[in-house]
Amino acid sequence: MKSLAERAAAHKPNLLAVIGRSAWPIALGFIFAYLMQTVVATAVGDFYGKLMLDVGIAIVCGVSLNFVNGYAGQFSIGHAGFMAVGGYVAAAIVFYGSIKLWGSRDIHGGFLGPGELLLVAGCLIGGAFAALFGLLVGLPSLRLRGDYLAIVTLGFGEIVRVMLQQTEDVVMDPKKVEAMSPLELSDNLGGALGFFGAPRYLDPKNPFWIWLFVVLVLLVAYRLKTSSKGRQLLAVRENEVAAEAVGVPTTRVKVSAFVLSAFFAGIGGGLYAHELGNSLRPADLGFQKSIDLVIIVVLGGMGSITGVVVAATVLTILPEVFREFSEYRMIFYALALILMMILRPQGLFGIRELWELGPWRKLFRRGRL
Amino acid sequence: MTKFVQVCLNGLTLGSLYALIALGYTLVYGVLRFINFAHSDVVTIGAWMAFVFCGLIGWLGTDSPIFAMPFILALSMAACALLGFTIERLAYRPLRRAPRLNVLITAIGVSLFLQNAGQLKWVFGTQPQAMPKLLSEQALFTIANVKVPVVDVVIVVLAFVLLVWLQYLVFRTRLGQAMRAVSFDERTAALMGINVDWVVSITFMIGSALAAAGGMMYGLRYGTLLQTADSVWVLLGLKAFVAAVVGGIGNVRGAVAGAFLIAFVEMFGAAYRSPQMRDVYVFGILIAVLILKPGGLLGKSTVEKV
Repeated sequence: MKSLAERAAAHKPNLLAVIGRSAWPIALGFIFAYLMQTVVATAVGDFYGKLMLDVGIAIVCGVSLNFVNGYAGQFSIGHAGFMAVGGYVAAAIVFYGSIKLWGSRDIHGGFLGPGELLLVAGCLIGGAFAALFGLLVGLPSLRLRGDYLAIVTLGFGEIVRVMLQQTEDVVMDPKKVEAMSPLELSDNLGGALGFFGAPRYLDPKNPFWIWLFVVLVLLVAYRLKTSSKGRQLLAVRENEVAAEAVGVPTTRVKVSAFVLSAFFAGIGGGLYAHELGNSLRPADLGFQKSIDLVIIVVLGGMGSITGVVVAATVLTILPEVFREFSEYRMIFYALALILMMILRPQGLFGIRELWELGPWRKLFRRGRL
Repeated sequence: MTKFVQVCLNGLTLGSLYALIALGYTLVYGVLRFINFAHSDVVTIGAWMAFVFCGLIGWLGTDSPIFAMPFILALSMAACALLGFTIERLAYRPLRRAPRLNVLITAIGVSLFLQNAGQLKWVFGTQPQAMPKLLSEQALFTIANVKVPVVDVVIVVLAFVLLVWLQYLVFRTRLGQAMRAVSFDERTAALMGINVDWVVSITFMIGSALAAAGGMMYGLRYGTLLQTADSVWVLLGLKAFVAAVVGGIGNVRGAVAGAFLIAFVEMFGAAYRSPQMRDVYVFGILIAVLILKPGGLLGKSTVEKV
C-alpha cells in the first residue's frame, strides 16, 4: 500500500512532457501570428486590418476580464484602469527607452527588430505593474463579499484616470530626455492631453504581436479553465461557502485570478498604446472602456472563452457598422445587460465553449466541465 | 483661523449632501442586501429634474419667489420617488431570488441606461447647464470673517430635518418596524404578514427622494449641472457610497457619521495637502476600513450563512 504522498507524486507529469505540451501550442501561436502578419494583413487592406487589430486587443482584454468576472464569479468594473496602467508604463518604456537607446522616438528596426522587442518588453513590464496594482486592489476587497470588489475597482479606475491627468507634459526633446533619470521621467506622461508620440509599432500591416498575445491569453485561459486551479475558481463562483468547506483557499484563488487578469489587461493596454490610430488619453481608458469589456464578458458568457471571443469580435465590429446610431450604443448595451440578466443570466454561451454547443458536442465529451 | 472655519463649513455642507445620498444606499442595502449602483444616477436625475421644473415654471433668475425652492424640491423628490419605484418594479423585482452577481450587473445596466438616456438630445442633452439660483448667495451671518451663505445654511438644515424624519420613520413607526423586520429576515417578515414587495417599493421611493434632495442641493451649491454621464456625478455617488460603507452599510446612523467623516477628510485634505488628491484620500479611507473593520465603523460584522 503506497502512502498518499507517493500516490499524489505519481500523478505529477514529468518535466519534459510538460514542456512538450506547452511548446507546441506556443509554436502554433507563432505560426498563426506570422500567417496573420504575412498573408491576412496584406489581403484585407487597411480598414479591415485596423478593425482586426481592435478585435485582437478586445479579445486579450475581454478574455482576461473573464478570469475574474467569469471563472471566479467576482465582479470587476475597473478593468480599463489596469489597461491604463499597462498602457502608460509600456508607452513610457518604449518612448523614452527608444530616445535613450537610439536617440530618436521613431520606429526602430523592422519586423522582429530591436524596436519591437522593446515593445514586447514594455508590454510585459506594463503587465507586471498592472498585476502589482491588481494585488493592491484585490487583496483587501476580495476578502469580502463580491459587491465590494465592484466598488473598489470602479474607484480604482477613476483614481488612475485622475492621477494620470495630473502628470506633466511629455518630454519631446531628446537632449532633455538624456539628461533625466527614469524616475524623473515617470511623471512626464502627458496629463489630460494624453501620452502622444509613442512609436506606433502595431499597424494594419504589422499585427504580429497582437495575435501572438491573443494566442497566449487564449492558451492561458483554456489551461486555467481545465486545471485544478480553474476548477477551484469555478467552485468559488458556484458556492463560496461550499468551496471553502471542501478546502479551497477562496481568498487566495480569487486574488490570484484577479492578479492574472490585471496582468493581461496591462499587456492589452500596452498593445493598445502602440496601435496606429489610437490615442492614449486618460479619458479613453476610463469607465466607458471598462463597461465595454464587462459587456463583452456578460454577453459572451461568463466563463466561456469562445463566447468572449465571439462577443469581442461582434461588439468591436458592430459600432463600426452602425456608426450613425452611436449615441444610442450605450443605451442598447444597458438594456442588453438588464434583459440578459432577467432572461438568460448566464450569458449567451454560459460556461460552455463553442464546440460544446450544438449536435457535435458529443464528440467533445471528455473535455467538458 | 479663517481658513479653518471655512474648511469646516465646507465640510459640514458637503457632509450633509453625502449623508442624504448615502442614506439611499444604506436603506436599499438594508432591505435587499445589494448595492444599488443606479443610486448615483437617481441623484443626477434629481438635480436635472429640478432644473427642468424651474425652466417649465419659469423661475430661472434670482427674482423667483421665496417658496420656489421648497416647491421645486418637492416636485423633484416626487419625480425621483416615482423613478425609483419604476426601477425597482421593472429591473430589480424579477431578480429578487437571483444570485447577487446578477442583480449587481442589472444595477450597473440601469445605471448606464440612466446616464446615457439622460444625455440624449430630447432628454437633458450633453451641454452643461447653469442651475437657477433659487437661493440667494448673500451671507446670512459671519463667523470669524467667514461669510455663511444662505445656500449652505439651507442645505445643512434640510439635511438635518430629513435625517431626523428618517430616524423617526425607521425607529418609531409601523412602516419603519416593517422595514427593519424585512431587513432582519425577509422570509419570516413575510410570514408575519408584512407585504415585502410593498416595503421594498417604499424603501426605494424614500431613498430616491432623498437622492433627489441631495442632487438638487448639490446643483444649488455648486451652480453647474454637467451632463448625466459625467464622472463628477459618478464620483459624487461613489463617495456617498464610501460614506455608507465606512459607517457600516445597512446602518442609518452609520451612514450619516461616515458621510461627515468622508467630507471632513476630503475637505481638510484638499485644503491643507493637495487639492488634486481629494478623491484618493476618500478611497484610502475605504481601503483602510475594508482591511481593518470590514463591517464599517458602526456596523457589526456578519458571518455569511449557508
